[in-house]
Amino acid sequence: MSDEIVAVSGLTKRFASVVAVDDLNFNARKGEILGLVGPDGAGKTTTLRILAGILPADMGSVLVAGQDVLREPEAVKSRISYMPQQFGLYEDLTVTENIRFYADIFEVSRTVRQQREAQLLEASGMSRFRDRLAGQLSGGMKRKLGIACALIHTPQLLLLDEPTTGVDPVSRRELWSILYSLVFEGVTVLVSTAYLDEAERCQRLLLMHQGRSLFFGTPTDLKSTLCGGVLSIGSSNPQALQMATAGEQGILRATAMGDGLHIVVDDPDRRLVELRERFDRTGIPFGDIRRIPASVEDVFVYVISQQAQEAREQ
Amino acid sequence: MNGAPSIVVEQLLKRFESFTAVNQVSFQVRSGEIFGLLGPNGSGKSTIIRMLCGLLTPSSGAATVVGFDVARQAEEVRKHIGYMSQKFSLYNDLTALENLQFFAGLYGVKGSALNERIAWALKMAGLAGSERSLTGELSGGWKQRLALGSAVLHRPQVLFLDEPTAGVDPLSRGQFWELIHQMAREGVTILVTTHYMDEAEYCNRLALINQGLIVAMGTPTKIKQLAINGAILLVECNPLGRALAVVKQAPGVIDASVFGAALHVAVDAARLPLPELPAFLASHEVRVDRIELISPSLEDAFVSLTGDRTFSDEAAE
Amino acid sequence: MSRKEFIQIRRDRRSLAIVLFLPLIQILLLGYGARLDAKHIPVYVLDQEGSQHSQALLKAFQASPYFNVVKAVENYGSLVRAIDSDRCKLGIVIPWNFSQRLDDSGRATVQALVDGTDDNSAQLAEGYAEAVVATYTGGVQLEWFARQGLPQQAISPMSIDNRTWFNEDLESKNFIIPGTVALVMALMGALLSSLTIAREWERGTMEQLIATPVTALEIMVGKLVPYLLISLLDAALCAVFAVAWFEVPFRGGLGTFFFTTALFLIVILGIGYMISVATKSQLGASQYALLVTLLPTTMLSGFAFPIHQQPAFIRALSYLVYSRYYVSALKRIFLDGAAINQLVPQIAAMTIYALVVGFFATRAFRKSLQ
Repeated sequence: MSDEIVAVSGLTKRFASVVAVDDLNFNARKGEILGLVGPDGAGKTTTLRILAGILPADMGSVLVAGQDVLREPEAVKSRISYMPQQFGLYEDLTVTENIRFYADIFEVSRTVRQQREAQLLEASGMSRFRDRLAGQLSGGMKRKLGIACALIHTPQLLLLDEPTTGVDPVSRRELWSILYSLVFEGVTVLVSTAYLDEAERCQRLLLMHQGRSLFFGTPTDLKSTLCGGVLSIGSSNPQALQMATAGEQGILRATAMGDGLHIVVDDPDRRLVELRERFDRTGIPFGDIRRIPASVEDVFVYVISQQAQEAREQ
Repeated sequence: MNGAPSIVVEQLLKRFESFTAVNQVSFQVRSGEIFGLLGPNGSGKSTIIRMLCGLLTPSSGAATVVGFDVARQAEEVRKHIGYMSQKFSLYNDLTALENLQFFAGLYGVKGSALNERIAWALKMAGLAGSERSLTGELSGGWKQRLALGSAVLHRPQVLFLDEPTAGVDPLSRGQFWELIHQMAREGVTILVTTHYMDEAEYCNRLALINQGLIVAMGTPTKIKQLAINGAILLVECNPLGRALAVVKQAPGVIDASVFGAALHVAVDAARLPLPELPAFLASHEVRVDRIELISPSLEDAFVSLTGDRTFSDEAAE
Repeated sequence: MSRKEFIQIRRDRRSLAIVLFLPLIQILLLGYGARLDAKHIPVYVLDQEGSQHSQALLKAFQASPYFNVVKAVENYGSLVRAIDSDRCKLGIVIPWNFSQRLDDSGRATVQALVDGTDDNSAQLAEGYAEAVVATYTGGVQLEWFARQGLPQQAISPMSIDNRTWFNEDLESKNFIIPGTVALVMALMGALLSSLTIAREWERGTMEQLIATPVTALEIMVGKLVPYLLISLLDAALCAVFAVAWFEVPFRGGLGTFFFTTALFLIVILGIGYMISVATKSQLGASQYALLVTLLPTTMLSGFAFPIHQQPAFIRALSYLVYSRYYVSALKRIFLDGAAINQLVPQIAAMTIYALVVGFFATRAFRKSLQ
């Protein structure tokens, strides 16, 4: 318990009639990357804002580094860094001026600041752009500057709101490797994302949907909640194949993709054989049928459907 | 999918002062095909769409949409296309019905066809009976389908989808794509632009775009296979930090990144199964728990391609 | 915090230009436009006596910069016609027994005929004429007649406006200009400070700021201090301009000037800040700022319309208007050479205002998204 940096229990937040966050429970350890993963409207930004102490909550308790954030939000702010979706940069200030501003706010001493600034700029390849106005940087560099500003004071907890949205894959990887290097240094990172596939990059994740928690744990455990497996069948006419699966046993979900069919089944080995026979009989051209690992999206849909089914049965 | 190419793009180029946004891009899309332009923000895909909609004139090169030249017959082009953008199409302070009526007016849908099409669009979006709801109050999935409905009231032959399902929950996304597939079956040509790798998997064919250039073209499967002249190994090991630092020096390893509790290591396929890897890591005091061969994703493909090579697979189709 | 604001202000070329040039331009415009006095009022004279005394009196009129003795006529009819045809605004008739009456009783009456159609210049003409005559010899009195296209009507001379009390040369600009300085300061200050918070919300940097340990007080002080310094600089510029260009006398001490100005600015900046916190949009903020400063200051502060001449109800209302105290203080500093100990009521009033505004401004800003 002593290395638990974030402990959230029963967190609830309402905006007028909408419940943005409903009874969330999760925690994050020291030196861990925890992902808040879910589509738009899941409540990720709201949760991060509450943790940052800038939004009050209706119910529940939030402890960050031992401080009660809901009761004394200001106490925690010197130990955390929050980067909202718009990065919080001043466009008419240079790179150095932005960093200096945040350093001053966090009362970082001059020598420490100069040292860390050199380090951070070097690591993100921005040393050449010291005197460039922040507004003139490319999107990827703005992001890096935002992170540098967030890290100038060595926080214990880093809260990032959708830092990878719209970013090209190369920059995305760079960003994640920066996050991992932080984690290796002992910083706890909470990052939110609407990209379900990014869940696999986190050490643990909180899968969210419409304010509620669908799952909390490791990506591996998440995948094992899917009772069954996923089959992929290559075909030039996926829609025809999809229609052919109608009425077949054990099909949890069949989705036509661009160049094949993606089927979630309850018993992969058995259904694979059955489906091959079925498709053979229809005469629709198809390639090989393989078992592929379940994606986070598959699990997401599975969990939601299960919940819907349980609700119906009650 | 049947024969005639619906969209033909030939060496399309667009320059803004000294910046070349689109650099001699060429591709063709058949009617009934779902074609994706996959690339990050700023790669030029929005510029290409705007040129194909007749909103921007190309600096050089040519493009035709259902036979009409986009530079010289822009008006005709616009009559035959529908454009849908999830974030920008709809007016939040109008009701669903009002939005549909507005777009019907824009596209010149009149008379008996008007009511019929609006009813159809509402039914497709699942909003029949809720047409008086304010658009701003609808959630992502409904808005998406409504935006789609408003883009096809005039039964266009070509449909442009601009980042259609970013951020929307997977269930709604699945429903949306079923609608698209149905339209494709009916012969509508669909061009999708997205930066979202997952979304690209719904396309029949893709063109990967980066900095104005097409970096690869083909079906999703082909691109994944061809992009990496190698394979990806999942390596569960401990401690991750040190493992990441040293693995890149291992023989046969091209690149590595952390994924949760494991490393994804890109290796040279010719040297698979790389038996010396565990020993190499062990010699650096890294304990290896599991190594598994996994299939590369589109993102892996993109990253490896946007080094310095451009790749086209058109000939192999 | 302040350093960042300074850098941002410096970078914002457009705002900078506005901050420096606008006050000067405003003073220029208002200074010239608000001229409520006139010079070289055309006068026709009829000297029925032609004596040394009468000539001396006429020379006094001639010497005054306010009058331009255009012509001497021979008879009454010509004088009347001259006024009717607008060739002059004032006619002076010196009676045939002018000197005799002066010698006899030390008092004589001179007729003054004024064009009554233009009320404003009529009053001015009367005022100036009385002044001229008063300096001549103690005994000359003006008998006033107004000409308004009808037979002359006798009118009683207006009491000389006591606004001339400290203005030996009756220049109204000396009253207008200090008031203009106040107006310009109010406008500038409110506009600048009302945008600062709203801008950070609009750009999205505020969200991050409130997640840091910086306190609400630090944010407020840090943001307003640069504007205070810049506005003081502005005030100095305006004062220099007023003295150098418009030749308004400046008899007070610089220390007093800056102290009262700073006090006033605290009030203004505080108000602007509160607007900024309340509206969260730059457009709305600037509109409110204009409303809250321009209107009261122009109408009620004694800037253009002397307060004591307004109806009682308005007078009472003006006590509430903060700028009133500053305008009054400014006028006294410029024209009176008043020092701090002579401005106690104004300073006290402004200090109360500053404290009240400061109290509410500090509490207005909450470090929260709700």
